[in-house]
Amino acid sequence: MSKNKSEYLISRKDNQYEVVIGLEVHAQVTSKSKLFSSSATKFGAEPNTQVSLVDAAFPGMLPVINEFCVKQAIKTGIGLKAKINKRSVFDRKNYFYADLPQGYQISQFKNPIVGEGKVILDMPEGQKEVGIERLHLEQDAGKSIHDLDPENTFVDLNRSGVALMEIVSKPDLRSPEEVSAYIKKLRSIMRYLGTCDGNMQEGSLRADVNVSVRSKGSKDLGTRCEIKNVNSIKFMQMAIDYEANRQVDLIEEGKPIDQETRLFDTKKNETRSMRSKEDAHDYRYFPDPDLLPLEVNDEFIEKLKTDIPELPDDKKKRFIDKFKLSSYEATILVSDIETAKYFEEVIVKMGKNKDIKLAVNWITGELFAILNSKNLEISQSPISAKNLAILINLIKNGTISGKIAKTVFELMMDGDKDPQKIVEEKGLKQQSDPKALETLIDKIINDNREKAIEYKQGKEKLFGFFVGQAMKASGGKANPQLINEILKKKL
Amino acid sequence: MSDITKQSLSSLVKNIKDRKLSSVEITKAFIDRSEKSNELNAYITEDYSSALDKAKKFDQKPNLDLKLPGIPMAVKDLFCTKNIRTTAGSKILGNFIPTYESTVTQNIWNEGAILLGKLNCDEFAMGSSNETSYFGNVQNPINKNLVPGGSSGGSASAVAGQLTPITIGTDTGGSIRQPASFTGTVGLKPTYGSCSRYGIVAFASSLDQAGPMAQNVEDCALLQEVISTYDPKDSTSIDFKRNEYSKELTNNIKGKKIGIPKEYRVDGMPQEIDELWQKGIQYAKDCGAEIVNISLPHTSYALPTYYIVAPAEASSNLARYDGVKYGFRARGDDLIEMYEKTRSEGFGAEVQRRIMIGTYVLSSGYYDAYYLKAQKVRKLIKNDFDEAYKKVDAILTPSTPSSAFKIGEKKDDPVSMYLNDIFTVPVNLAGLPGISIPAGHDDKGYPLGLQIIGKAFDEQNILNIAYSMEEKIAFKNNISDWWIK
Repeated sequence: MSKNKSEYLISRKDNQYEVVIGLEVHAQVTSKSKLFSSSATKFGAEPNTQVSLVDAAFPGMLPVINEFCVKQAIKTGIGLKAKINKRSVFDRKNYFYADLPQGYQISQFKNPIVGEGKVILDMPEGQKEVGIERLHLEQDAGKSIHDLDPENTFVDLNRSGVALMEIVSKPDLRSPEEVSAYIKKLRSIMRYLGTCDGNMQEGSLRADVNVSVRSKGSKDLGTRCEIKNVNSIKFMQMAIDYEANRQVDLIEEGKPIDQETRLFDTKKNETRSMRSKEDAHDYRYFPDPDLLPLEVNDEFIEKLKTDIPELPDDKKKRFIDKFKLSSYEATILVSDIETAKYFEEVIVKMGKNKDIKLAVNWITGELFAILNSKNLEISQSPISAKNLAILINLIKNGTISGKIAKTVFELMMDGDKDPQKIVEEKGLKQQSDPKALETLIDKIINDNREKAIEYKQGKEKLFGFFVGQAMKASGGKANPQLINEILKKKL
Repeated sequence: MSDITKQSLSSLVKNIKDRKLSSVEITKAFIDRSEKSNELNAYITEDYSSALDKAKKFDQKPNLDLKLPGIPMAVKDLFCTKNIRTTAGSKILGNFIPTYESTVTQNIWNEGAILLGKLNCDEFAMGSSNETSYFGNVQNPINKNLVPGGSSGGSASAVAGQLTPITIGTDTGGSIRQPASFTGTVGLKPTYGSCSRYGIVAFASSLDQAGPMAQNVEDCALLQEVISTYDPKDSTSIDFKRNEYSKELTNNIKGKKIGIPKEYRVDGMPQEIDELWQKGIQYAKDCGAEIVNISLPHTSYALPTYYIVAPAEASSNLARYDGVKYGFRARGDDLIEMYEKTRSEGFGAEVQRRIMIGTYVLSSGYYDAYYLKAQKVRKLIKNDFDEAYKKVDAILTPSTPSSAFKIGEKKDDPVSMYLNDIFTVPVNLAGLPGISIPAGHDDKGYPLGLQIIGKAFDEQNILNIAYSMEEKIAFKNNISDWWIK
């Protein structure tokens, strides 16, 4: 496939512009308690019910690092094939806001816990490597609620102090599609690792998007704008598209692009200026004197490595090698760890004489369709892997046709019924007895003599008519392959 | 009754254990004297009636195995005390009542002590004369209109004036040792990481340390033994083997090498301070110590370094006092105006000055020149001590460059006020233990102190040296009870 075909370029008159994108993803660490306190982190709790004295920054309260969150960050770093820094430092990022009780956010500025790494994207035109600049741990802020009262703002501190991983990419992304693939891949890796649930609706994954444009072929980076806190892939794509076009228009008009922070208005589908570089906060970062530098040794890291499951890239390679899947099929099946688990269970349950291709088609076709329509995760599938395996085996050994299988599949959804039983109870077994089928076909040819003659005279389209008639007469149970063979012989 | 308050902590503990005095008798005596001492303004918040209740309860079922059995005690108002107002000497926390207890005070109550009340201090411990307190300045029992030093001025005044048998202060740049020196009492700043900072209103996190203030070294050792514990709630708390400081106290310091740093002989130092130092050297020799001349070459950079590091941390530590969650709030038309009014009205001038300095030195473009440079110098200062301790076991210096000054004398001259800390701040920057003991009087009869600086975690050694020298010095505080009508 030609690479240029999917290239994302913005054209104005004779000029073509390339878009350069870098992401700062904020991923909430999956952890029962917060980064520096023992408060719970459950989503959707009553406001201010998961707040400790530390989270609310009472006088004399001190942060104590949550070791589990450190492990989660290191595991994520390993998943990103990144350098783990044995010594990292927590800094204070100082600014005032009502939902920031300490008046500073504890973050890692100069010495992050994870250094450079990479993420491989599976794009239609092939693989693409996106560089990871760093990953650091930081606290989330609380939430200001402005719309509950006309005069007052309310503050919910449940989120205050929750651990976040900020994952900063290099400016390696070139299109909204790549951004989508990158976010999905990142989310997939973190779900495999169990380090972030990736739930964008609940805010567990959000991103600041850095966008700049440059003339096609140029090696210099243009002035970038940062679009803050975008919380869905669709909005990221829309925001990039709008922002890149806005910047190109400015260049075409000979106007300068101001380095600034912008907000994406999802209703108007546009970005607008939030603050310019001149108004940028001076965060006065300095090492948090309440915390010692975070030091981990090789043994600690090695032990975590043994906890790392097979990750999507390796799994994909194994699926291709072992099950002879296409790259496309493998990509779909490994993208979500639960799907991959389901697929592998179906393979195991199918036993010796298995049709892997058929299994892939059923999972990515019928099963995905019903999950989509019912808005279910695969882990909530109404049909177990075991029963789907039985169904596929029934098709494979000719007990039922693919068409009947769809009927059986529908019936299986009600309480995860055993397809074998359904076939028996409903008498859906395929007719594969050649003698019975011959009798049936003889009768059809007899009843439609004129059409049989027309066929023999060359009206080949009529073959389908006879197949249809035979299937109808068998109640759909006739083995279509046998019908074809017999008809060819008899006509 | 009056002679109860004259007793040292150790003698009160002995009298309780021997059943010669009850907790109620002792508590009443200190409450009576405290009530007659309002003019000192040592207390911000009194808790006398519940102190008496606790004393009665103690007497009903006395546990005499405790280290501070039924002993009443007032503490600096920088320690959060559960259900008792904790102000840090500031308007901004004027109505703040914690729901929790600091680790250090909890350790004290666990050993049977009883809270009398909360003692005055400079606002957020920023000051050297107790004049920055929102609750008014404190009088020095030594003489009317004399500052008690700061920031633990209320604590020093209360111990010297016998309003409490013993107390705890905090020391960020000298806030225990300087007021101890000004009031003729003993004050120990422990090694950084020795006493938990949990529940202490923070000033400068990398320097703050709680410590005992007492009438004598033995009492000081006993209280240090109680308050120094490893605390997982403070990430900078250090898990080292702590001595039983009072039990292991000895006046035998024969052969100990004591260093005399030449850089502490600063320009313009009053002659009486130099004479005191020379006397101190002689006392140490008399105790059997060996005197060694040493050099701490970066000493002169300590004060400017301190006045960058401490305000930098303070500017961030005090950001939480914003009127949103607790404490004082001024009304404003929007969030920014509320912040501005709350912090302008809630903080006093000295606190605002330090927040400004701290914000400035951390600002982009100035960070490298100030904060980062200061951190490097801090390391050099620490290295100086490390080098010195290859040759000596402890270091002897004056505690302060002068005796107590008049109230108002330096109030409008911050730099001259800051110079008070010149001998004490290097110890905080290096995280070392230091103790100030009264060693003589100036020509006005005001007390002067000597400072003994130790190796990290070597509190026992400097307590022993102080204990030994205390015996030789035989200091007597001239307290005339001038404030009692």
